[in-house]
Amino acid sequence: MSTETVPPGRGAAGLRAFLHGLPGVDRVGADERAARLATRSIKTTAKAQAIDLAIAMVDLTTLEGADTPGKVRALCAKAARPDPEDRSVPPVAAVCVYSDLVGVAVEALDGTGIGVASVATAFPSGRAPLDAKLADVRAAVAAGAAEIDMVIDRGAFLSGDYATVDAEIRAVREACGDAHLKVILETGELATYDNARRASWLAMDAGADFIKTSTGKVSPAATLPVTLVMLEAVRDYRAATGRTVGVKPAGGIRTTKDALKYLVLVNETAGPDWLTPDLFRLGASSLLNDLLMQRRKLTTGVYSGPDHFTLD
Amino acid sequence: MDLFAYAPAPESRDVVDIRPSYGLFVDGAFTDGGGEPFKTVEPATGEALAEVASADAADVDRAVAAARRAYETVWGPMSGRDRAKYLFRIARILQERSRELAVLESIDNGKPIRESRDVDLPLVAAHFFYHAGWADKLGHAGLGADPRPLGVAAQVIPWNFPLLMLAWKIAPALACGNTVVLKPAETTPLTALAFADVCRQADLPPGVVNIITGAGETGRLLVAHDGVDKVAFTGSTEVGREIARTVAGTRKRLTLELGGKAANIVFDDAPLDQAVEGVVNGIFFNQGHVCCAGSRLLVQETVAGEFLDRLKARMATLRVGDPLDKNTDVGAINSAAQLARIADLADAGEREGAERWSPPCDLPGRGYWFAPTLFTGVAQSHRIASEEIFGPVLSALTFRTPQEAVEKANNTPYGLSAGVWSEKGSRTLWVAERLRAGVVWANTFNKFDPAAPFGGYKESGHGREGGRHGLEAYLEH
Repeated sequence: MSTETVPPGRGAAGLRAFLHGLPGVDRVGADERAARLATRSIKTTAKAQAIDLAIAMVDLTTLEGADTPGKVRALCAKAARPDPEDRSVPPVAAVCVYSDLVGVAVEALDGTGIGVASVATAFPSGRAPLDAKLADVRAAVAAGAAEIDMVIDRGAFLSGDYATVDAEIRAVREACGDAHLKVILETGELATYDNARRASWLAMDAGADFIKTSTGKVSPAATLPVTLVMLEAVRDYRAATGRTVGVKPAGGIRTTKDALKYLVLVNETAGPDWLTPDLFRLGASSLLNDLLMQRRKLTTGVYSGPDHFTLD
Repeated sequence: MDLFAYAPAPESRDVVDIRPSYGLFVDGAFTDGGGEPFKTVEPATGEALAEVASADAADVDRAVAAARRAYETVWGPMSGRDRAKYLFRIARILQERSRELAVLESIDNGKPIRESRDVDLPLVAAHFFYHAGWADKLGHAGLGADPRPLGVAAQVIPWNFPLLMLAWKIAPALACGNTVVLKPAETTPLTALAFADVCRQADLPPGVVNIITGAGETGRLLVAHDGVDKVAFTGSTEVGREIARTVAGTRKRLTLELGGKAANIVFDDAPLDQAVEGVVNGIFFNQGHVCCAGSRLLVQETVAGEFLDRLKARMATLRVGDPLDKNTDVGAINSAAQLARIADLADAGEREGAERWSPPCDLPGRGYWFAPTLFTGVAQSHRIASEEIFGPVLSALTFRTPQEAVEKANNTPYGLSAGVWSEKGSRTLWVAERLRAGVVWANTFNKFDPAAPFGGYKESGHGREGGRHGLEAYLEH
């Protein structure tokens, strides 16, 4: 589809020229497109299917300073069996924790097939020496993390120092070993959609397996239009290089309605190929219960209150 | 593909009550028509919806006389402030009944409910609200301190935006103190007749708004009638010419809003994904039944291949089908006659050597349908590049320089609208200055607002509708 290709062996200037040569993004148009897709009506069988798909795409997340091993174990139990009363509910995709709690999660999820994702690299600010970030990553991988969510150096990106961001992602990619790398762009701090598209390409070219919108600690976190821009980027990147990269919106996705809007966006932008947990994730903590509540409404025909679902 | 297929999500038809037959709305009451009644058809199924009266010469006389009486006794002498109250009331009723009217419009016209619900109806109400605001401020419209109404306005509107075109015509006419006799298109009369009911609900004095239905002959009688002071027409250039001939030499004032063959110019530095979206919106909105549709894509050669690939991928996601399904993007063609015309022109495109492409899509087995179609390798001399098709058919041409883009864009008998797509503001302005078109959209397309005047150059007609400029067509000053 796209004729864009990443120039081989480019230096800092070449990288910059390439990123600035990408087609621009018109904010009004992107917002409009996302808003229009959000009016799609997903009902009955499509809704039931979409809810299960959304559950299977959730990266169930706890990223608080107050996290304890107990809380993480409880979260893992929920991840494995989201609705204890209904065994037909699929497990979530992964549990996402800070690097020091990876060991606890790995042990708790042993045998479930659910991966442990860890936010390493001095999450959420990313403001630490590269050595410290790499040590963080290695520790998480050594403890059994199957996925690493790294944050990019937004300061370097915004100052136009793309080469530093590029080098850092490559270094982390290497430190990840077999673990999947999700690169968090923190689009709320990148401010423009042009930057979101450039950062997407930069991350994909440097080896990201996933590009992720946000840490969830900055507002705005994930939005439909910025996810649209990133979905266009992975679609174009595959057309240009043949490599398929996943997308993960994270932060602020709380309701089933929101989650379904994201699935519609995936379906009609990148395409149905991306409608799998291997290529699309929803980073969320409170979304799961709403999905469960809507699911039960569909199967039983009646609403049960929030107290019918477990808190952790 | 089936992993996440959308289940049908049809809007309920229960909100509308379509009567088996309709009369003419004259002097505040529904009456029989002297002509042979005709049927209005649901384009999505081809089935008849209702029988509608046809106005003959005596009916036109009656309607014009009622409008004259209302003009002289009630509406003309009324203060602008009081006229505004009626217009605001109509606007609010339209909002309250917007769901019903949107469903009715989609049934009678074939357009997707997504458009009638999200575009048509909000704009219809907005036009009444906007003009209600002008009714008591006409002295500040830049047309002199005390502009006066013209009298009785004869208005003939097309089938592509039945209720919206009605609003464009009736709202400014009433705000300025005129009374109206309006003839909707014979294939889409139902929302105009529903609007008659809105007028009654608003207690609008009898005769201020009269709706007469019928085919071309009724329109001819109305336009030629001695008792009208102003003629406003939206429709084909061919009919527009005939009306201009009829009105020439009389005291009647005339505005014409006719056909178009708009260029959507995409430069190589355009925001490509949004440009694709704008091009899709420009030509497939309302099945291309839009006089300002961007039916000619002019794309810079350096990005033509990539852009057309993206466009095709996007077109493949368009959902064609039941207009009442909330997920439908492209609905039914309005009539069998229009479908035949579109098919004929598309065949001509193939015969003349352009390359035809449509995404794979299953069209319903009954009703009138045409798949979204893209022609590449089009030359200016092809019929599909010069004639208005008024359907979901896009002709793609290329250009090398901004000068060439402007020349090709202007190389048409029409001049209603154009689109320019570029991230470079200076270039956009340079191009826009040189385009002979009533509206030039930059990095967007098909955007309407009651405050923005709309109208054409050359064979796209004359006069403006909407905004301060639109008031001039209904005022003596």
